Amino acid sequence: MSTQATYNYKVVRQFSVMTVIWGIVGMLVGVIIAAQLVWPELNFVEWLSYGRLRPLHTNAVIFAFGGSALFATSYYVVQRTCHVRLFSDALAAFTFWGWQVVIVLAAITLPLGYTAAKEYAELEWPIDILITLVWVAYAINFFGTIAKRKTPHIYVANWFFGAYILTVALLHLVNSAEIPVSFWPMKSYSAYAGVQDAMVQWWYGHNAVGFFLTAGFLGMMYYFVPKQAERPVYSYRLSVVHFWALIFTYMWAGPHHLHYTALPDWTQSVGMIFSLILLAPSWGGMINGIMTLSGAWHKLRTDPILKFLITSLSFYGMSTFEGPMMSIKTVNALSHYTDWTVGHVHSGALGWVAMISIGSIYYLIPRLFGQKEMFSTKLITLHFWIATLGVVLYIAAMWIAGVMQGLMWRATNPDGTLTYSFVESVKATYPFYSIRLLGGVMFLAGMGIMLYNVLKTIAGRKAYDAPVLAPIAAQAA
Amino acid sequence: MSDFDSGFWSIYVQGLTALSILFCAYILYANTIKKESGPVETHGNVWDEDLAEYNNPLPSWWMWLFWITIVFSVVYLAVYPGFGNNAGVFKWSSVESAPGEKDGQYYKEMRAADQKYGPIFEKYAKMDLKAVAADPEARAMGERLFLTYCAQCHGSAAQGAKGFPNLTDSDWLYGGEPEVIKTTITGGRNGVMPPFGHLGADTIKDVANYVRSLSGLANDGLRAQRGKDVFAQNCAACHGPEGKGMFALGAPNLTDKVWLYGSSEATIAETVTGGRSNRMPAFEEFLGDAKVHLLSAYVLGLSSGAK
Repeated sequence: MSTQATYNYKVVRQFSVMTVIWGIVGMLVGVIIAAQLVWPELNFVEWLSYGRLRPLHTNAVIFAFGGSALFATSYYVVQRTCHVRLFSDALAAFTFWGWQVVIVLAAITLPLGYTAAKEYAELEWPIDILITLVWVAYAINFFGTIAKRKTPHIYVANWFFGAYILTVALLHLVNSAEIPVSFWPMKSYSAYAGVQDAMVQWWYGHNAVGFFLTAGFLGMMYYFVPKQAERPVYSYRLSVVHFWALIFTYMWAGPHHLHYTALPDWTQSVGMIFSLILLAPSWGGMINGIMTLSGAWHKLRTDPILKFLITSLSFYGMSTFEGPMMSIKTVNALSHYTDWTVGHVHSGALGWVAMISIGSIYYLIPRLFGQKEMFSTKLITLHFWIATLGVVLYIAAMWIAGVMQGLMWRATNPDGTLTYSFVESVKATYPFYSIRLLGGVMFLAGMGIMLYNVLKTIAGRKAYDAPVLAPIAAQAA
Repeated sequence: MSDFDSGFWSIYVQGLTALSILFCAYILYANTIKKESGPVETHGNVWDEDLAEYNNPLPSWWMWLFWITIVFSVVYLAVYPGFGNNAGVFKWSSVESAPGEKDGQYYKEMRAADQKYGPIFEKYAKMDLKAVAADPEARAMGERLFLTYCAQCHGSAAQGAKGFPNLTDSDWLYGGEPEVIKTTITGGRNGVMPPFGHLGADTIKDVANYVRSLSGLANDGLRAQRGKDVFAQNCAACHGPEGKGMFALGAPNLTDKVWLYGSSEATIAETVTGGRSNRMPAFEEFLGDAKVHLLSAYVLGLSSGAK
């Protein structure tokens, strides 16, 4: 191997910078729709109405922001821990540009009203085909790199990245199976009907959470937490148990989105019990991340990147406790269809997914441009506090609103009639929508600070591609 | 049970369910080790300069948590439906355990509610509608029903909206007699006006001006004059020769300044050109006679001077 060989940092740089950009775009759309709930008159034109912007928000934050973060970190981690350059630079470039085209097409077609009407899978069939092509290229590139690795063992982060890549391919192909009607205007019908369509949709929907938003980001955690803490991972054994248990059980959890519906009773029960079994495997990841810090707790005081990573794990632990509880039918009877669900999703999305991505990108940016650290550590600290406060305001407001809605909807008078009409519960939720908006604005402001810090760090700096390192010979265990 | 179309799928699901639970139990059991004395070592592999892994045992509280969820799941599957087509010891079902068996939680709760609340409503069911409308307690109950089932379309103050009649103005499409109101709520209504686009845009404009003249709205006199004949030939069959409407068909009175869709020339022309199709759903099957009776009295009270 030539000593001149370098890692492919170009694709990592591209995806890292786009993570910040798409994060701002996606969260800005989120702030707009939160504002529309406070001031409905902001729905002044159909293209920018709530119903069209909401899927744009979810697609932008999950697939544009989260997706770019996953591409950036998985490409970085798989090269560094396999000690080889990426399998193919051409495929890497294709995945970057292909994914950007998907995002831009989403940003155009969703406001125009083109939708397959499946939550988190709204994009119409021609875009679905492009997603498939990009994903296959991604899988070949990732597993090709694993195949030519110079280490005997595959590092734990790559198990999670690998599971996420394989499963997302399966989820996308099965759930997006549809019969095209026309190319323009884009229109298709789902291959499934009735309750089966609903079940396939939520099998997809919950595993998008489980594999895209959990397994992928656990891969991120298993690299950036030990790296930033400069400590070994707490327990290899725990990583084996929680990895296999997690991927075995997540597949079953989807039916808890369809409690007390036309879905057969047995399916609902199975969805509920596997959601409960998921609690311990989920917490395994949190324990392994947080306990990695044992012996280095003092670093939390001074290192805001570590603050982001460890706080994200706390939110991960909190929302993976809340999730199984909400899947219990008795609890679900109260929480379903309320803003509690929205709060739960955002404690995972903002607290876990966004914060671990932000921490990882802060770690990456200087290294990708030959720098030791970010332009300003103080600004990272400021970002951390404004983001944390924003998340707390957001989820607390939605918890209170959700429980209140659930209680109001089920309250009855002595004659059995409902105590509150629906619109009364909407009115009572109003103040909490304002608090939620404030929380969202704070989180978005944090991203603005991050963009400034990133631009200052890379301005005038040359792109840097680190040389490929020879692995340290394995010591006898 | 009817959830599986063959016995095979039940066994298939049972196999996968059991496999997944047993796998979790196995991997947990297989990795249970006692904590050894002395410092914990990393397992030897190093990646990317300094990435290593300790091999700490699984935290025991965490293993307990895992075991508890596994045991709970097995018990749950034994007592509730969930393991293939096994009905479970409790014989619980959400709606019906077999087609036609009204033994599920839904039916039980509905029967319990009927027993508990039924007499409260039955008390009024035999009373005359006008008497019910005059009873303040019945009106309060009627209002609560109205806010739950009717306010979505007719508005929380029953003031109506475009396409949804105002119920407080003593103006009726099908008639305001107590029994007629009850018939409307019981069976619903289908209000259909056929389209007259074939008359041509200009002629429709004439008719629209004539219709406006019927209730004294500003209009183009020449067009209204021309529209009069068109009205007589095309519209009078339902709306009557003087445009006073017809209860039997739900054809609106056009002379009373109450407009369901709007009174502008453009809106009337739109109505004439494309026709209108409107529907009020039937509530008897959903709410039962006693509640419909109470609702009818409430609606009657809204416009008969009871306010």
